[in-house]
Amino acid sequence: MASIHLKNLGHRYAASDAGSDNPYALNPLDQVWEDGGAYALLGPSGCGKTTLLNIISGLLRPSEGRVLFDGEDVTDLSTERRNIAQVFQFPVVYDTLTVAENLAFPLRNRGMESTTIEARVAETLTMLGLEGRANERARSLNADDKQKISLGRGLVRTDVRAILFDEPLTVIDPHLKWQLRTELKKIHERFSHTMIYVTHDQTEALTFADKVVVMNAGSILQVGTPEQLFDRPRHTFVGTFIGSPGMNVLRCTFDGEAAVVDGVKLPLDEATITAAHARGLATSGVSLEVGVRPESLLVVGAGVNTDDDPHCVRVDVLGVEDLGRHSLVRLRLGNQLLCALHPEGAAIPEAAALRFDPARTLLYANSLLVEANG
Amino acid sequence: MKVQNNKAWLMVLPMLLLVAVSAIIPLMTVVNYSVQDTFGNNEFFWVGTEWFQEVLASERFHNALQRTLLFSALILAIEIPLGIAIALAMPRRGIAVSFCLVLMALPLLIPWNVVGTIWQVFGRVDIGLLGHGLASLGIDYNYTQNTFDAWVTLIIMDVWHWTSLVVLLCYSGLVSIPEVYYQAARIDGASRWAIFRFIQLPKIKRVLLIAVLLRFMDSFMIYTEPFVVTGGGPGNSTTFLSIDLVQMAVGQFDLGPAAAMSLIYFLIILLLSWVFYTVMTSLDNDAASEQGRH
Repeated sequence: MASIHLKNLGHRYAASDAGSDNPYALNPLDQVWEDGGAYALLGPSGCGKTTLLNIISGLLRPSEGRVLFDGEDVTDLSTERRNIAQVFQFPVVYDTLTVAENLAFPLRNRGMESTTIEARVAETLTMLGLEGRANERARSLNADDKQKISLGRGLVRTDVRAILFDEPLTVIDPHLKWQLRTELKKIHERFSHTMIYVTHDQTEALTFADKVVVMNAGSILQVGTPEQLFDRPRHTFVGTFIGSPGMNVLRCTFDGEAAVVDGVKLPLDEATITAAHARGLATSGVSLEVGVRPESLLVVGAGVNTDDDPHCVRVDVLGVEDLGRHSLVRLRLGNQLLCALHPEGAAIPEAAALRFDPARTLLYANSLLVEANG
Repeated sequence: MKVQNNKAWLMVLPMLLLVAVSAIIPLMTVVNYSVQDTFGNNEFFWVGTEWFQEVLASERFHNALQRTLLFSALILAIEIPLGIAIALAMPRRGIAVSFCLVLMALPLLIPWNVVGTIWQVFGRVDIGLLGHGLASLGIDYNYTQNTFDAWVTLIIMDVWHWTSLVVLLCYSGLVSIPEVYYQAARIDGASRWAIFRFIQLPKIKRVLLIAVLLRFMDSFMIYTEPFVVTGGGPGNSTTFLSIDLVQMAVGQFDLGPAAAMSLIYFLIILLLSWVFYTVMTSLDNDAASEQGRH
């Protein structure tokens, strides 16, 4: 097991056309993955997640920067010598071999003694719950057992420094996904391998990982716990990508004490206002946005009580969708659309107002969160 | 079930006619000849299995059969491993792929008799590049007089002509292997041999079976090239079954024995192809279940 340090790492594919604005598949970054951490690498398809993963495992050599394992430079080492295990999107099994032989394969290739191999294989079979199927041909298994074998070929090695997963549950039946994920989680708790789990599915990322790394367009936007990503997304993309529905992002200006959306003032908390002043956002002319989660908005009836409340603003109700336990209320504020979650069954007032919580109303300058030490 | 529309038969009719005219009727004609004798004037009389017994007992048939079997065995032993090796060495991307594919396809596009003529001239000691070249190096090479030289010439010719087929089939199998298998193999630390044995070979096994069957049947039925190059000689040393058959049917006009020999020839090919197929498809199952017992 090892900590992984990507030092000033960037990658551009040789074939990418020179004319495009950004030649990088992976923009230069510096990132440390702590020893024993369970990380999820979350981002939309084509954002560079797999490129990053293949650089860590050594299947791809970065065009610039170094890869350090526990401080040791492994950039020039082959995948095999890096001692990395990787599970791919589609299960890879050696068709002609049995389940047990598949698990023994990486050990045999490393010239281990057959008694040691047998013991390790037996242990791994138990771990994966495949004891009874050791002598079955790998080809005859279904997709999720095959994927277990792919994982098992990593677990069987005692010396792996990290296990990388590249969207490993894509081809698994939905009802088995949570089961495999729970098993992965257990394996992590028991052996505390450093694990990096690539996915575009936020539920997978948030349930698997201690820390989620959100990527978009070749850059890492934020690294944080699921709570941090949900409550204080550092980038508007993180806010809209995580959550269902995602964060509302509205164009606004800053008048020195509140965010102004199409002439309507939205309250901000003290820390944000101080930070905004420190950066001179009232006059700087940078593009500003206000971000607020549908979960932190409250739809109330407009009236005398709300008209005087600075936290409430009048809105137009455009429609209501039933999401089961909640209703999704589509609203218009000024000329911009947003949505709010409303408890199931509660009536939606005809003349509606929205109550904003200043602590949960975030200000973004050039898509980046405005915060005290930002 | 009741037949709803008898017009459907009209749809099947063209294909039935085609198969009947091209396969069934000629085959039945051969069967007809093989059990009868004639002295001309379209008068036939029944002889039963006499021709079959005669052919099977004749030394001429045994010798031709042995030569053909040996030829096919040598062809398979050379072309299959060589074809796999070339397919493995071929590039997977870039413009080199098209170049290699065209180069490989070229020999396949040349008609059989042209191939024969090319090699017949190529090997001639007086004017041929190969024959004259070898002679000027002091090597005693003459395919018209020396049995060994005749065989070497025919085998090299066939290898030159048909290895491409094996290459193309194997290559198509190899390029269909997803990249992720090779990545997994690198992570598992597999050697080059292990990658071939456990990833590439299992994945190309099906096309390889087709390659083996095609090359076996083709080489077992080879006629045009040896006929053009050696004419079956020197002596009878390259008289394969097909050449023997044509000599018997057209040269000597022994229609009865020739028909009997055709049918025996046909049955041998059918039988051997079936054996190849069965062995190769069950080999894999046996291998896996045997490894499983360890």
